[in-house]
Amino acid sequence: MQPFSKHTGLVAPLDRVHVDTDQMIPKQFCKLLTREGYGRLLFYDWRYLDGEKPNPDFVLNWPRYRGASILLARTNFGCGSSREHAPWGVLDYGFRVVIAPSFGDIFYNNCFKNGILPVTLSDAQVDDLFERAEQREGYRLTADLPNQSLTDEIELNLSFEIDPFRKKVLLEGLDDIGLSLQHEAEIAAYEARRKPSVTMYEPVDVKVPKTAN
Amino acid sequence: MRPRTMYEKIWDAHVVHEAPGQPALIYVDRHLIHEGTSPQAFAGLKTAGRKVRRPELTFAVMDHSVPTKDRHLPILDKDAAGQFEALARNCRETGVRLFDMHSGNQGIVHIIGPELGITQPGQTIVCGDSHTSTHGAFGTLAFGIGTSEIEHVLATQCLSQFRSKTMHILIHGERKSGVTAKDIILHIIGELGVDAGSGYVFEYGGQAIRALSMEGRMTVCNMSIEGGARAGMIAPDDTTFAYMEGRPFVPRGKDFQQAVQQWKSIASDPGAVYDKTVEFDAGKIAPQVTWGTNPGMVTDVTGRVPDPSQISDPDEHKAVIRALEYMGLRPGTRIVEIPLDRVFIGSCTNSRIEDLRAAAQIADGKRVARTIKQAMVVPGSRVVKAQAEKEGLDKIFTAAGFDWRDAGCSMCIGMNPDVLPSGERCASTSNRNFEGRQGKGGRTHLVSPIMAAAAAIAGHFVDIRDWGVEATE
Repeated sequence: MQPFSKHTGLVAPLDRVHVDTDQMIPKQFCKLLTREGYGRLLFYDWRYLDGEKPNPDFVLNWPRYRGASILLARTNFGCGSSREHAPWGVLDYGFRVVIAPSFGDIFYNNCFKNGILPVTLSDAQVDDLFERAEQREGYRLTADLPNQSLTDEIELNLSFEIDPFRKKVLLEGLDDIGLSLQHEAEIAAYEARRKPSVTMYEPVDVKVPKTAN
Repeated sequence: MRPRTMYEKIWDAHVVHEAPGQPALIYVDRHLIHEGTSPQAFAGLKTAGRKVRRPELTFAVMDHSVPTKDRHLPILDKDAAGQFEALARNCRETGVRLFDMHSGNQGIVHIIGPELGITQPGQTIVCGDSHTSTHGAFGTLAFGIGTSEIEHVLATQCLSQFRSKTMHILIHGERKSGVTAKDIILHIIGELGVDAGSGYVFEYGGQAIRALSMEGRMTVCNMSIEGGARAGMIAPDDTTFAYMEGRPFVPRGKDFQQAVQQWKSIASDPGAVYDKTVEFDAGKIAPQVTWGTNPGMVTDVTGRVPDPSQISDPDEHKAVIRALEYMGLRPGTRIVEIPLDRVFIGSCTNSRIEDLRAAAQIADGKRVARTIKQAMVVPGSRVVKAQAEKEGLDKIFTAAGFDWRDAGCSMCIGMNPDVLPSGERCASTSNRNFEGRQGKGGRTHLVSPIMAAAAAIAGHFVDIRDWGVEATE
């Protein structure tokens, strides 16, 4: 995973509450077998009109937000489906930071697996950022993970909370699975103690006769 | 020992490693996978040169993209065919048991887990699907995970997890006739909001929950995620054990009796402390219908589409305006006057045998309204389908003009050919009314199976209580 330390970029405001992961990557693209290439598909139904013509009403299509790498969002961002295609799309589009008052739990978790920094701020702080990003064209922020701060080029300087372990994983781009496998002996001991097993008491997998369906 | 909640007991029993300032390493008893979110996990495993640690603890099924008719024919959707091939190959190579689309036990992952007895009280269960919360109806800690976490579970049989907070949701009293488990959970979400559960695990209790069948309890736990909670749980009791006995993966004879004794100890201790408690009166819950684009945008069937000008919160105000525009609804419209194009009875929320029995009871001897373009019944599993056919429910449905289909996720998510066309309005027993969920531009109203069946007959929503039905799940 790509580590995250400090990032400065253009801020794009997405002024909608409860944006679900179905909106980020609609289901038809969840049939692909890769982790890459979802940036073009991000917010697909909002972003494109029929025939993949850019929808001029959608904020990410506005010229002033082209090249944005910090997404400013509202409450409960990333609720709904567990699809990791959503953060894959966010990252592949070019966003390294997502700021919101709250996040869907699974999406929040998935961000850390993909080198995206989700920043949780208060409603008032997010309101203020929306005002700044909407009023000043070219509004940029710097997210500094080691210092847990968010600054702009004028006077803004906010601090944010983040779990220390998650911070470390992001900073160092650590391999989660590798970390857990360091506890191999404990996993084996647990298994010896608990003897997990699955017993089947009758044959399943019975072939069904062909029906009208 | 200090009294503990069911969540704490299951958590404590699964800690493999815990250190201050770090997430705990939690053992996973059952891992369920499907074709939708697993291919990248297997690919990652292979790239890293890692093996599936305990293949016998992972169960795979094809459900999200499977066609619900003509399944014996070749799959024309190349992307879907690619998913099926990948899942079959990954299972073959790693020794994971697969219920493919031709298996008699195939079905939606959250239907077949409980149905086959793979789901058992006290377990930790994960799956790359947010509706994994369903399994909590058996007193398990079950939640959805992302693809990176699927890879983690395959490699380690563990997950790195932070402890959640607990919310006790008590539903006191008795449901009124015509009010189902679906109405209970929609009402809860409508009252608490779609993000109230963020950071929490819900535990449902109270007389109205205890009175539910396992099918009803699964419906309630299924939609915990729509309230923002990753997991929802209900203490196992005699209803649970009676449901489980004799299922293929459930212990038999003396082993079963022993298991039951153990399972009984899982319930929260008297005096256990929750981070939050909320209470509802079941008697005050009416049949629910969603009018908007998230499950919290819901009202009683006797209600009306809300007027955004009455909503003071600026974010919610904008959200309602946008939702009504997407849904093509005018403020103040009576719910029962909303005409429908299609009806979908299915999904991991409401496609179990009891759901189909209840819907069939409404459809029996009646006809789907001429204005309805399609009314579809999709059993949650092939076992459900076979049982329904044994009881003649398929005949009731088809005689009434419903389509009777093969098992899968179908129009809940529209990854197979069952897609809601743009601009059309559907009464659906599924779990998400998000924009485009059932098909781009499609308009979804979430309801219970009996409400959906009645809407199919009438061509618009009706208050099922006016039809004089008995209480069902």
